[in-house]
Amino acid sequence: MSPPGPSPRVALFVTCLVDLIRPQVGFAALRTLEAARCTVVVPSGQTCCGQPALNSGARDEAVAIAKRTIALLEGHDAVVVPSGSCAATIRVHYPELFEHDAAWRPRAQAIAAKTYEIMAYLDEVRGWRPDTALAATATYHDSCSGLRELGVKAQPRRLLRGVEGLMLKPLKGEETCCGFGGTFCVKYPAISNAIATEKADAIEASGADLLLSGDLGCLMNMAGKLHRDGSSVRAFHAIEVIAGMGDGPAIGEDA
Amino acid sequence: MSATAFTKRADAALADPILKVAIERTASTAETKRGIAVKGFAHFEEARTRAAAIKDHVVEHLGFYLEQFEAAATAAGAQVHWARTADEACSIVIDICKAAGAKTVARSKSMMGEEIGLPHALAEAGIGRIETDLAEHIIQLADERPSHIVWPAMHKTSEQVSALFKQHHLEPHAEETIPAMAESARRHLRDGMLAADVGISGANFLVAESGAVCTVTNEGNAELSLVPPRIHIVTAGIEKLVPSMGHAVQLLRLLARSATGATLTQYTTFYTGPKRAADADGPDVMHIVLIDNGRSAMRAEGLAEMLRCIRCGACMNHCVVFRQIGGHAYGGTYPGPMGAVLTPALDGLAKNRDLPNACTLNGKCQEVCPVKIPLPTLLRGWRERSWREGLEPVSVRQGITAWAWVAQRPRLYRAAVRAAIFGMRRFGRGWIRTLPMAGGWTAHRDLPAPAAESFMARYAKGER
Repeated sequence: MSPPGPSPRVALFVTCLVDLIRPQVGFAALRTLEAARCTVVVPSGQTCCGQPALNSGARDEAVAIAKRTIALLEGHDAVVVPSGSCAATIRVHYPELFEHDAAWRPRAQAIAAKTYEIMAYLDEVRGWRPDTALAATATYHDSCSGLRELGVKAQPRRLLRGVEGLMLKPLKGEETCCGFGGTFCVKYPAISNAIATEKADAIEASGADLLLSGDLGCLMNMAGKLHRDGSSVRAFHAIEVIAGMGDGPAIGEDA
Repeated sequence: MSATAFTKRADAALADPILKVAIERTASTAETKRGIAVKGFAHFEEARTRAAAIKDHVVEHLGFYLEQFEAAATAAGAQVHWARTADEACSIVIDICKAAGAKTVARSKSMMGEEIGLPHALAEAGIGRIETDLAEHIIQLADERPSHIVWPAMHKTSEQVSALFKQHHLEPHAEETIPAMAESARRHLRDGMLAADVGISGANFLVAESGAVCTVTNEGNAELSLVPPRIHIVTAGIEKLVPSMGHAVQLLRLLARSATGATLTQYTTFYTGPKRAADADGPDVMHIVLIDNGRSAMRAEGLAEMLRCIRCGACMNHCVVFRQIGGHAYGGTYPGPMGAVLTPALDGLAKNRDLPNACTLNGKCQEVCPVKIPLPTLLRGWRERSWREGLEPVSVRQGITAWAWVAQRPRLYRAAVRAAIFGMRRFGRGWIRTLPMAGGWTAHRDLPAPAAESFMARYAKGER
């Protein structure tokens, strides 16, 4: 399904985790954006949005990274990110970082206004629906930043309903944090593990074959816990399934 | 990361399966009931916005409302005292008790009393203390501190409480039911309560226009411990003010629903001055101790929004971290998200830097807060200050600084990514079971190994 109108020039910001751990998420983003008639640009200078520095209290470092990310991305019609928390860093926290900086505040606000989590962008801005298929049952975890900072809730489900043959099963506590929390999971591993254990139990109890979500960090945490516990549930970023790439190796399966 | 006092307490809590059962029983019930109550409240969102605005208005004009309250309370016959610190507040209370020759005080549950260390101060002064709230009574018998601001004995199971009562009550319950246990506590407490010389309470609200002090309970113990004694002493934080009765009612509508899911507490009482000539009963004297204890500083240091807090406990009931480790692990008077913001302000950041860090920033606390306190933002604020003041561990500082430096240099960053891929893949393809430097992760879960080449490298080669 192709939306009408001129095709926007979209900057794809793949995020540091996708770049390092799971490039397929980046290619799935590229494929869906192009299917939604976007002209996709992948700015070659991109690294990380600065979230680890921001959440560690390293404000100067976060500001420095934010400035170069803004400069890198601002010349596009939209910035699309396959992660709720990275998109929220740009959309919600960049303007906060430059609240008292007259020179940078307007630039931060401008980039914030055109930065989107990918599934929200495809669904709400582009009105796009996939025409892919996957015979599987899946359950969906709402990653916290996307859910509470960006309102990503119905959009991924609407897109996933467009994947033929995919059946979504409810997840008990779908809006409850999985215990990842960025650096939290390595700073307080025992607490993080206790939270992740409950999440893994709920995923297992859903009876689904696949776990889907919109944030690779949370997915790595949940998938890593499921695998350590011997679960057969496999995990994908939701955009991979939406792009028709859900039949290959899942997260943690050697490509 | 080396163990700290906090992580040791958290580890002990995580190793206690009975604690987990106790927390879940209460918190999950509260979560469910609150959800139902909120659904049945037609304009909950508007009510939250209004409640936040009421509290912000009061905090902004605190001086005005404090003076108005003092004048109204004095006109109603109460004596108003001012305390800058916890120690000053305790001294005022102890001096009043001593001057009245008080031997025992009946205390109605108050987190402010805990905050200023009143139980300890009373013990030091040789004054007997009867905790009249059922959960506080349990805590007193067990010689512990509250683990939750609404359910001080949340960390105890009913089985543990039963054993405690059998050990301490003269005529303990014969059958193992909650009503029988409550009856046992009633038998044990009532005479002492009625014979107390002084009743001490906190305040849920202070009404500026009338000088009234509002308390809410579900057991009626506040009324029973504050009306019969000769003297009633209130210890209240200065942020408890509301302009009028109408404002108090707006906040009351949110308080019980957010705390327990009930529409209203069983008892909601407004105390305006001591016994008047025509009154059948009531104390001869009413003292109100208005306590700052760091609140003015909080207002000046970017924590004004925290002064909206009405102490409902919804943030902790819905917090994934609190639900795992319980209240005692936080180490302060106040646990959970609101405690993680308050404790560094009350007790110093240096020894409490773990609290704002031990949070996943998932935002649930802010979502359920009836006065819309941006708790994650305030916790981030503490993290920034901790970083600025050099309180973060050296390993974290060096790691973040080095990574941030590399993240601003794309070519170097690509090389670092290549090196990371090469290094990590030596420990496994597919799943990595142990990885040095990431022991916190691999101790509990497997780590997906990176793909052979990064996205940016593959994209640069023309892959689509």
